[in-house]
Amino acid sequence: MTALDTRLSPLPPATGRAGLRGAIASEWTKIRSVRSTYWTLAALLVVSVGIGAAIAGGTDANFSHNLGNKAGFDATQTSLIAFFEIGQLIIAVIAALAITSEYSTGMMRTSLTAQPRRGTVYAAKAIVLTSLTLIVSLVTAFIAFFVGQALLSSSGVSASLFHTVTIPQNANVTCPGKGLGGGGPGLPPGCKVVFSGSYVIHPSTVLMAIIGCALFVTLVALIAFGIGALVRHTAAAIAIAIAALFIIPVLEQALPSQWRWDIMRFLPDAANQVVSVTIGANANQHLWSAWPQLGVTALWAAALVAAGAYLFRKRDA
Amino acid sequence: MIEVRGLTKRYGDKTAVDGLTFAIEPGMVTGFLGPNGAGKTTTMRCILGLDYPDAGTVAVDGHDYHELGYPMREVGALLDAKAVHGGRSAYNHLLCLAQTNNLPKSRVGEVLELVGLSEVAKKRSKGFSLGMSQRLGIAATMLGDPKVLMFDEPVNGLDPEGILWIRNLMKSLAAEGRTVFVSSHLMSEMEYTADHLIVIGRGKLIADCSMSDFIARSSGAAVRVRTPMADELIKAVTAEGATTATDDGAIEVRGMTAEAVGDIAFEQGIRLHELTMVHASLEEAFMELTASSVEYHAGIPGAQATIESGV
Repeated sequence: MTALDTRLSPLPPATGRAGLRGAIASEWTKIRSVRSTYWTLAALLVVSVGIGAAIAGGTDANFSHNLGNKAGFDATQTSLIAFFEIGQLIIAVIAALAITSEYSTGMMRTSLTAQPRRGTVYAAKAIVLTSLTLIVSLVTAFIAFFVGQALLSSSGVSASLFHTVTIPQNANVTCPGKGLGGGGPGLPPGCKVVFSGSYVIHPSTVLMAIIGCALFVTLVALIAFGIGALVRHTAAAIAIAIAALFIIPVLEQALPSQWRWDIMRFLPDAANQVVSVTIGANANQHLWSAWPQLGVTALWAAALVAAGAYLFRKRDA
Repeated sequence: MIEVRGLTKRYGDKTAVDGLTFAIEPGMVTGFLGPNGAGKTTTMRCILGLDYPDAGTVAVDGHDYHELGYPMREVGALLDAKAVHGGRSAYNHLLCLAQTNNLPKSRVGEVLELVGLSEVAKKRSKGFSLGMSQRLGIAATMLGDPKVLMFDEPVNGLDPEGILWIRNLMKSLAAEGRTVFVSSHLMSEMEYTADHLIVIGRGKLIADCSMSDFIARSSGAAVRVRTPMADELIKAVTAEGATTATDDGAIEVRGMTAEAVGDIAFEQGIRLHELTMVHASLEEAFMELTASSVEYHAGIPGAQATIESGV
């Protein structure tokens, strides 16, 4: 038998103990070294910007038939709707995978042997995921916004981050001798749309809507991450996250209107209906305003991440 | 040095490990033997803090595994070579592990060189053969140059070349003064590598002895005798404390050397037609030892539950 030379160069002496910094570096290596991260991030960008552009372009084309639709038109929300409605689901997939893929591959046992202090591993995962999704969400939201506004620019009601925009509040169709009539498609000859009143949208309001949407999507990532830590199974985690963010709100609409809003306010996805709004009068009056409603989403995220942390530490790996 | 005291682990109402106590000494290869389902993997998972014991304690150099400053500098463990994310390259897999323990990046290339995977460092491990995965797992255990190495069934499914490589590796590691703790369900794997043996069955300790003790105990376990005066011989040897069993016209005498049986026969005037030492192989000795504790019996030819927990 030939003896193997297993001698390695001596390691630098170590002081202290393996901690959060190493764990964060490790989690960053993990998330950047698998293709699924790039695929899902590309999907997020394509869906948020692509579908957002399609919606903006379609709306812009529609104005030529329905000029009256320009009244009270929220250009910011229109450009972001694909991001916060569909993009959130893609982010949920990335977030769930960040923890469930370690269980499905068995990597978790290897990770926890290298760093047995589970609170450290869990915190590092959450920190890396939050940072990555926050940055990617902000970038995606801004791109979706600018692309959407470019497509809406000829309409005169597009939103801007650089100057105050004034858009009409009401639209009425006036035809000589016939008095006032509703503004429908295909105006009769001689009739015209008359705008009255105005909304003034400040750049700061637009900025807060964009950032608010990115924060909302980042919180959705933490919700999916917490669910992933609880169920430790990719398909189950994604299914539960989609149910909580997409299906329950739809089912909830079937409830009697007297009290369905009292429930709606406490659902994790209610925030996206108010954070994306730049015209106060358009906001869903049954819900709280943007920040309290984002707070509800944050509480869901905190509760699920905390429950996941508890079980992550307590259960056999 | 790994110390396991009164370790008990239950999964639901099934007790996987039941009051296990043993210590693993440095500078040698300790074989951890037992049939499938005996609790070997569970014991290793408890040592590594992956599973929480229901009772008992486990200490690595006197510390709880969770409290080790830099765990990878103390213990390198390979439980399952396929427990990696297949989409990650060998290099990045090792890098993400090295980073957790603040080990230098240069270490990754070094251990890849050691196990002979340098050329596939950038390849995703999904496409690796079992032998390559095993090498990747071993590379990971060596990142921190640890004092203690643990391998769970490292040669399972490997080709002869891979088996030889692992055997050599374990011996080299022990020769450098490291503690090597390696499990197997096959005695033949341990025959050439282990210095010390810990044998468990159904979660309980069956034997904790040096390899040479184990060999001494198992060889010469029986003396086969053929004689036309069977009754007289059985009477004579049992009077001296031996036990006998008849097998196809021959008598198997246990607890007595062949010389002693021959002398007794001569003194009593018993004619012998055959007097043979039966050397049980280590595999047979191991099977005898664990026969009563095999989880799922499929009828093991030649293995009788004659010696139980008398060791």
